[in-house]
Amino acid sequence: MAGAAIPLSEASNGSLLRISGIDVQGVLRRRLLDLGFVTGNTVEVLRRSPLGDPVAFRVSNTTIALRREESSLIYGELLGGEEA
Amino acid sequence: MSHYTVAFAGNPNTGKSTLFNLLTGLRQHTGNWAGKTVTTAEGEFTHNQHVYRAVDLPGTYSLYSNSADEEAARDYIIFEQPVVTLVVLDATSLERNLNLALQVLEITGRAVVCINLIDEAKKLGISINLKAIARQLGVPVVAISARNQTGIGELLDQLERVATGAFAGKPLKITYSDEIEQGIAELLPLVEQTVGSRYPARWIALRLMDGDSSLLSSLKTHMGRSTSPAHKEVAGHGVTACH
Repeated sequence: MAGAAIPLSEASNGSLLRISGIDVQGVLRRRLLDLGFVTGNTVEVLRRSPLGDPVAFRVSNTTIALRREESSLIYGELLGGEEA
Repeated sequence: MSHYTVAFAGNPNTGKSTLFNLLTGLRQHTGNWAGKTVTTAEGEFTHNQHVYRAVDLPGTYSLYSNSADEEAARDYIIFEQPVVTLVVLDATSLERNLNLALQVLEITGRAVVCINLIDEAKKLGISINLKAIARQLGVPVVAISARNQTGIGELLDQLERVATGAFAGKPLKITYSDEIEQGIAELLPLVEQTVGSRYPARWIALRLMDGDSSLLSSLKTHMGRSTSPAHKEVAGHGVTACH
């Protein structure tokens, strides 16, 4: 299963990903790390807002919503739980 | 009779303010959403004839200045140097909460870790090995429920041990990659020379390498007129080193 990394923004609702990289620098990177978007951590894609953005993610037992601007720069490998 | 300052640090929504109110008898408004505590509140409580001045810091995920709240919390711990920093964690999401605990322990070993909402964790089937956590972190760790008022006596006893110096913490020291450790080693003498022994030099060196400019400006403000040319040199070096 562990294959190519995809941006979190491309993962469908219900999917589980293991974060493989964060292509963000500076203060925003720090902020994402503090929120739990750390390499190796597991993220679940919970749901999308009506217009598709932002998307709610479950990470370290908390729900965090990210806009595409950020979620497209966080990469993860699909672990399963993809939408049927 | 002695007077000790205790700073309350913690993520948003960990029941930090509930604990603060319980101890101080204040009715500092608490809310069920993040970012409720905008300004620091102060109160007092007494335990075994010691008087404690309690300072409720804004709830933050980090001390790395992503926001005014985080800056305020960080500056308080660094510059006001409370006798004890009480780190309040949410027992139901320890992994997330330990981030802040680690950051505090990198600054000061005069800390007590308080795992709140232990009743909630039990309901969720989460059991927490306090001894193992205390051993790893090197500071006292206490489980409480501020809402049900359990574990408070033990918490106060541990606060007293750290405040009076009866317990000297040996906080977990993180060893970074060779590259970072080398950077710290280079910066450390310069930082120590500039800020003296009053501030945690290793931590400041780390922040400089991270390019944390807000810490630099806070340092400058707090060190006031004592800003020497040497200080500017260090700042320049730190900022360049991070690129």
